[in-house]
Formats: sequence, C-alpha cells, structure tokens
Amino acid sequence: MSQYVLRRILIAIPSLLGISVVLFVVLALAPGDPFSELATNPNVPAEVAASLRAKFGLDDPIYLRYLHWISAMAHGDWGFSFVSRMNVDTLILQRLPATLYVIGSAQILSLLIAIPVGVYAATKPYSLFDQIANTLAFVGFSLPTFFTGILFILIFSVTLDWLPLVYTTDVKGTGIHWVLEMIRQAIMPVAVLGLFQAASMTRFVRSAMLDVIRLDYVTTARAKGLGQAKVIVKHVMRNAMIPVVTLIALQMPAVFGGAIVTEQIFRIPGIGSLLISSILANDTPVVMAVTFVFACLVVLFNLIADVLYGWLDPRISLR
Amino acid sequence: MLDKKLRAMIDKVADGRMDRRAFIQRMAAVGLAAPLANQILALGGVAMAEGPSTYKPTKRGGGGALKLLWWQGPTLLNPHFATGTKDQDGSRMFYEPLACWDPDGNMKLVLAAEIPSIQNGGLAADGKSVTWKLKPGVKWHDGKPFTADDVVFNWEYAKDPATSALTIATYRDITVEKVDDLTVRILFNKPTPFWADAFVGAPNAIIPKHLFADYKGAKSREAPNNLSPVGTGPYKFIEFKPGDLVRGELNPDYHMPNRPYFDTFEMKGGGDAVSAARAVIQTGEYDFGYNIQVEDDVLLRLEKGGKGKAIYAVGGDTEFIALNFTDPNTEVDGERSSIKTKHPLFSDPAVRKALSLLVDREAVKKVIYGRAGRTTANFLNGPEKFVSKNTSWEFSIEKASKMLDDAGWKPGADGIREKDGKKLKLLYQTSINGPRQKTQAIVKQACQKAGIDVELKSVVASVFFSSDVGNPDIYPKFYADMEMFQIPMTQPDPAQHMRRFISANVATKENKWQGQNFPRYVNKEYDAAIEAAEGEMDPIKRAALYIKANDILIGDTVFIPVQHRLKVEAAANNLVCIISGWANETDNLFDWYREA
Repeated sequence: MSQYVLRRILIAIPSLLGISVVLFVVLALAPGDPFSELATNPNVPAEVAASLRAKFGLDDPIYLRYLHWISAMAHGDWGFSFVSRMNVDTLILQRLPATLYVIGSAQILSLLIAIPVGVYAATKPYSLFDQIANTLAFVGFSLPTFFTGILFILIFSVTLDWLPLVYTTDVKGTGIHWVLEMIRQAIMPVAVLGLFQAASMTRFVRSAMLDVIRLDYVTTARAKGLGQAKVIVKHVMRNAMIPVVTLIALQMPAVFGGAIVTEQIFRIPGIGSLLISSILANDTPVVMAVTFVFACLVVLFNLIADVLYGWLDPRISLR
Repeated sequence: MLDKKLRAMIDKVADGRMDRRAFIQRMAAVGLAAPLANQILALGGVAMAEGPSTYKPTKRGGGGALKLLWWQGPTLLNPHFATGTKDQDGSRMFYEPLACWDPDGNMKLVLAAEIPSIQNGGLAADGKSVTWKLKPGVKWHDGKPFTADDVVFNWEYAKDPATSALTIATYRDITVEKVDDLTVRILFNKPTPFWADAFVGAPNAIIPKHLFADYKGAKSREAPNNLSPVGTGPYKFIEFKPGDLVRGELNPDYHMPNRPYFDTFEMKGGGDAVSAARAVIQTGEYDFGYNIQVEDDVLLRLEKGGKGKAIYAVGGDTEFIALNFTDPNTEVDGERSSIKTKHPLFSDPAVRKALSLLVDREAVKKVIYGRAGRTTANFLNGPEKFVSKNTSWEFSIEKASKMLDDAGWKPGADGIREKDGKKLKLLYQTSINGPRQKTQAIVKQACQKAGIDVELKSVVASVFFSSDVGNPDIYPKFYADMEMFQIPMTQPDPAQHMRRFISANVATKENKWQGQNFPRYVNKEYDAAIEAAEGEMDPIKRAALYIKANDILIGDTVFIPVQHRLKVEAAANNLVCIISGWANETDNLFDWYREA
C-alpha cells in the first residue's frame, strides 16, 4: 500500500512540472501585457513602461523566465503581483477564507440535498418523487449560475430586500450578530452554487444507487428478510458511495473554478475573482500562481482518489 | 472674446472697479468657464480665487459610515505607483496634494496655504518658477509634522528612474527646492503656462518622507507603507485588501475645520456596472458607485422610485474616430502603416470630409450615451476656454454622396463607389465595449447608404490598449483605416493632450510604436501652433493657439469627434458629493456630506 502511494506521488511530480511549463508558455504567449493601462496615459512616458518591463524581466526569453520562476517557487517564493506589488502568496492567503467559506458551505449544502434525494429517488425509480427530482435536477444544471445568481438578486435583494446584494469581508458587529450577518450575506451565493452542484450530484447518486440496487447480493439480503431501510443503508449505499466519493474528490478543483462566476456576481473577494481581475490586468505572476494552485488541487485530489480506490478495493493497488 | 476688451476687464478687476464674480459671469456669458476665467485672472495679474465651498456641516464627524462601490478595488495605495484611477482614488483617501480641482475646474487648496499668483509673489512673471506656501500645523497620521522637506522628497523620489514611479514625467524636468520649512519653489527650465501640475491633483498626492526615505530607488517596492498609507488626509487607514476593500476612519486631527463628516468609509471593489448601479440607486445598500457605464434607459428605469440617482460631471473626454494617414495594407521595410506611405483613399480630402458627414452624432447620443454624452464638432472639448467656436458638424448622407460624386468616386456595379480602380472599402476598428460596437453599427449603416463599404473589427480592450509591440492589434500600430476610442484628458489644460499629434510623435516601428501620434498626421502648421502655445505665457494668445490646433485637426478631418463624454456616477439621494470632471472622484471627498 505505502509503495503504491509512493509510486503515485512520484508520478505526480513530473505531471506538476509539465503542467507548470504548459501554463507558463501559454501565459507568456498570450496577448496583452501588465502595463497596458500605462500605454494610454499621456502622463506616463513610454520609457517608464519599458523600464518596468525590463525590471520585472518581461523582456527575457521565455525559458529564462520559466527557470527563474521555478527556482523561486522551489524556494517558496511565489513572486509578487505586478499590479499591487504585493507578494502573491499573501494575496492568495487573503482570498482563501472567503472562497473556502462559500465553496465549502455550498458543497455541504449540495451533499445534504443530493444524497438523500438521490438515494430516495433510486429506491423508488419512476415514482412521482423520482420524476419530480429528475426534472428539478435537469432544470438545475441547465441553468447557469450567472442566471440564477441574477435571478436571486432580483428576487431577494431588489424586490423583497431581505438579503444584501454585495458580499463584504468587512462585516460590522461582534459575536452572534457577526455570525448571523456572515450567514445572511452568504445565503444567496451558497444557494446558487449549492443548488447547481446538487442538481448534477443528485443524478449521479441516483444512478450509482440504481447500479448497485439491482445486484444479486442485494436481492440475497432482501431474501434473508432484512428490512428495506437496513438493506438500503448498509448494503446498497455503502457500495454506491464509492464512485460518489471519488466524484466529489475530483470535483473539488472544478468547483473552485465554477465559483469564479458566482464570486464575480456577488463580489465575493475569493480566489476566483482574484483570478479574473488578474487576467484582466494581465498580472501574470498572480494568474500563474492561482492556476498552478488549481493544477495542484487537481493532482492532489486525483492522488486522494487513487489512494481511496486502493483502500476501498485492494486489488487496484496491487496491480 | 476680443483681446482688448478682455484686457480692459482684467485691469478693472485688478483695480477693484469690477468684482471678481462679475468678471467671471461676463466671461461665462461669452463662453469661458470659471476655471479658465480664473486662470486668465491669475496670469493677467489677479489672484486665482478658490471656488465657493458648499460644505454645510458645523462639526467634525457624526455622519456614520460612507460606503463606496468601485467596479475594481484599488490594488495598491501609493500615488506614485497608481496604475489607473482606481489606485489613485484609493490613495487619495489618505494622501493629499497641495491643491485639487473643483467641479468648475477652479483650484481648491488642500495642503497649500494660498494659491500662487503674481500678486502674492508665488508666480514668476516669466513663467519659470512657482512658489507654494504650505499650510502650517498639518500633521501626518502618525503625528509627525508635514513640511517642505516632504514635498521636496516626493520630487526626488518620483524623478529617480530606479523608483519606476509612474509620476516620473511630472517631476523629472523640474527642480524643487526648499525655501523654508513651509515654502517650496518649483523651477521650470522653460516658461510653463500650466504650472499647476506637480503636487496638484490625486496622481500627485504627497507621501511622507520619514516613512519612504529608505525606500527610494530600486527598493521602492519593498516599502511596507505602500500597502498601509500614513497620510495627511481626512481619513486614517484601517485595512486594505488589494482588489477588494479599503477601509478608513475619521482623522481627529484633520487640518480643515468641521471635516470630515463621515466617521468611517469603506471602498469596495468588484462586480459590474449594472449591479453597482443597482446597489446604489435601487436598493440603497451603498452610498456611491463609481463610473457607472450603463445605458441611459437602464439608469432611468433604476432611478424610478429608487433610493439614488445618476450624477454627471463634465470634463474633456472625447470619443473620436481617427483616420489613418498612412497605408495600412502596404508593407515598407517590414512595416505596415509606414510614414513613408500615403493612404490610398484618405489622401483625397473629399473622402475624409464625406466620412465626417456620415457620423450621426445626434443619433449616437440619443441611442447610446443619453445624458452621458454631448454632440460636438471638436476634438478638444474642455476646458471651455480652449473650445473652438469656429467649427460645426452635420449629418447628411446626401451631402456626403454629392461630395464623393463631385470628387469622381462613382458607384460601381456592386453599389460601392470607386475611382481609378480603387474601391471605397474601409476597415473600422475599436475595442470591445457595448456602446462602441453600437456606434460602429450606426456609422456603418450610414456609410453603406452613401456607397462606402465598411468592415467592422473589434479587439479585446486588454489587447487594443496594451503596449505589447508584438501584437498587431494594438491601437498605436493602427493596421486599419479608421479606429475609434477615447484618450482620457487628465488635466484641465490641453498641453499634454494636444502635444501628442505633432510630427515628431508619429508612431513608427523605429520608436516601437511608442510615438503617440497614431493617425500619423504630419502638418507643419500644427507643429508650429503647439510649439508656440507651449511657450506662450499670455493666456489669451495661448488659448487661441490651442483652438487653432483643434481647428487644424478638424479641418483636415484627422479626427471625427463622436461624442463629448461625461463622467457618470451613482449616488444616494441624500449624499452631497462633489465630483469634478477635472479630478478624481475622491479628490473632493473632504467636502462630502449627507443631507438630513
């Protein structure tokens, strides 16, 4: 087992290096430059933009810049943002809490909806409940978050005036008031993101359950006279959850990406909005760092999924 | 205005025979705005006055929280590194310049004790130096006194190329010396009619010497106070999250009486213009929204029964179509749009003039810009003093067609006009931006009716406005026949703005397209007018020279002005906010308050 884990980790390193090369080259070749705003400003002489380019090493060949970056990374130096002249790691750490809070809550919400609904729908396939759940799930993942987000804003902020339209990290108050306010402002983004996730997850849980529910050993368990609840929870769900757990693990990085739109709509100062504004400002060190973090998350969760497989089904790790 | 008459009036004011207000009113009556009337007075020998203050609160504080919404949060808080207005706006919450501009373009004192003039000895008659007196008793937020040393330090800091300050152009050609603790003198190497650049306005706010002295030059990025400002302003720094949030609290030692009104402020960034307008105008969650570029009918709808309103400020920003004077489709020495070529179609002035007749500015205003735009015939649209009255515009497809007919451009079999085998086919490019694409469509339609085939092209703004010389789509390369955008006019003086188009500034491969004359317009008469204006200390003659320069650009149809654009902001109904078209949004924030 440990040998298997070690092997997976060793494979992860070159893939991360490969990813970093691709990211770096793509960013270096992409149009636009971080000093574009200076170009139209008559107050800023062209020499300043040129000297800044030189100072930040933007005129060096790509491979030199890459080597520079990778060696700095190896020393734990993430570089600094051209735009805010602040270290990139500080910038990311500042954004992380909001992202974790909103995405984490949304993910929990989606599981709280998807698992019970998916399981119950699978136990009674083609029943009225199943059909309603299916319809809602289809509607749910056909509606993009930017649409539901604006719809929610129009209903709950503008018309009803219940919830704030703008998410702010600077919530007034202390103690219980602060907690309530934090929850209040997160309701809309969490609901938008959570419902979207729940929709596809429900479909997945349902089909995973259906796959297992028809297997012979389930029939055997029923034949032994076990109660329906016990069969579903102990025998069916446990096995059906294996692919679901994997899916959740693999979806985590994608969720970070999917939250970009939601973060933009509600002005949540998360990693996603950092990525967007950095891309718009051509702030390459930040874009590079954030996308690399995403890449690391993908590799990490893949690794966890692999390890989980190995643990759930020992045959995999022996191969 | 007749030169003699004006002079007589200035003399009357100087003698006290006419009061200043009457003078300004009479100037306004002949189309000269107060700011310029004031500058004329200043140079004509009468002190430049401050505009009247509208500030009402009678005590400091008590105004609660002020919530501001920007569509991009500031990313750093040092005015010398501020890229774009969002950073200048953020820094200006804490740092202050010697003076700033009010909505009429009047000078407003901030850290200076008086406006330099010839009378008070502040202004040298030869225009080669200006002496500023500083307000006594001003303290930095950490309690240290603000003195002339700080002002001199800012000059040393910014002019050092190793600092890479974006304000370097303002400071590198001047000399700043300390006269005494509360007096500084700026020396210019040539007569400088517009002396109010260095240390004036949000981009030139002053940072403290005692905290930045160790971080001059190459170490400039490492200064811890780049992210935690210690200024002299009405608000003290609390918290900064780049791109997201800036917070501050009332400065109890602020040097202006009864100010500031608000106890705290919060400046939040992110999102889009429509939702910002909604948060201010419709739900009232925020007090102020910056630069609300939303279509006018949307704003009007939000305003109905809302908690806020849209407000407008007039500056000098002009949306224009520039015509290419060189040939974008022929390569000379590996360079397109080379100055060695001539545009095959535009070398006929009739084609350029016809195009100008085909831009329906009234329709563009009606359909697109609404209250945020004004139709104009000029490239230079402000300040009033510099605006030409000699020009006019009209929209007429018939006249354009006739003009082309007369010049020998006859419609071919496909309806497109041609002459000597050259077809009137044009490529018209701009940046991707809703109003711009709509304008393109309006122009294209009119051109089609007149027998001109226009191909539209739009480039992502981050590419179009970039300085990346490797990209063929940047606006200075101008690999098209026409291009449309707007150059921000950042000062209430046209010198910088108009200098761009002298022959020496033509954008070429040789200067890596850093030359700012992108239409590649070469005219000795224009060069001479600009050259003369820059050394002209007589304000009336100087204004006449800039008006002449504008008339040359328009007469030759180098630019087709599309719209004189106004600044649009959203504000709560009870917020009294002073916004100047000649300054940053936060420049006059010390005068903001809430009406009961």
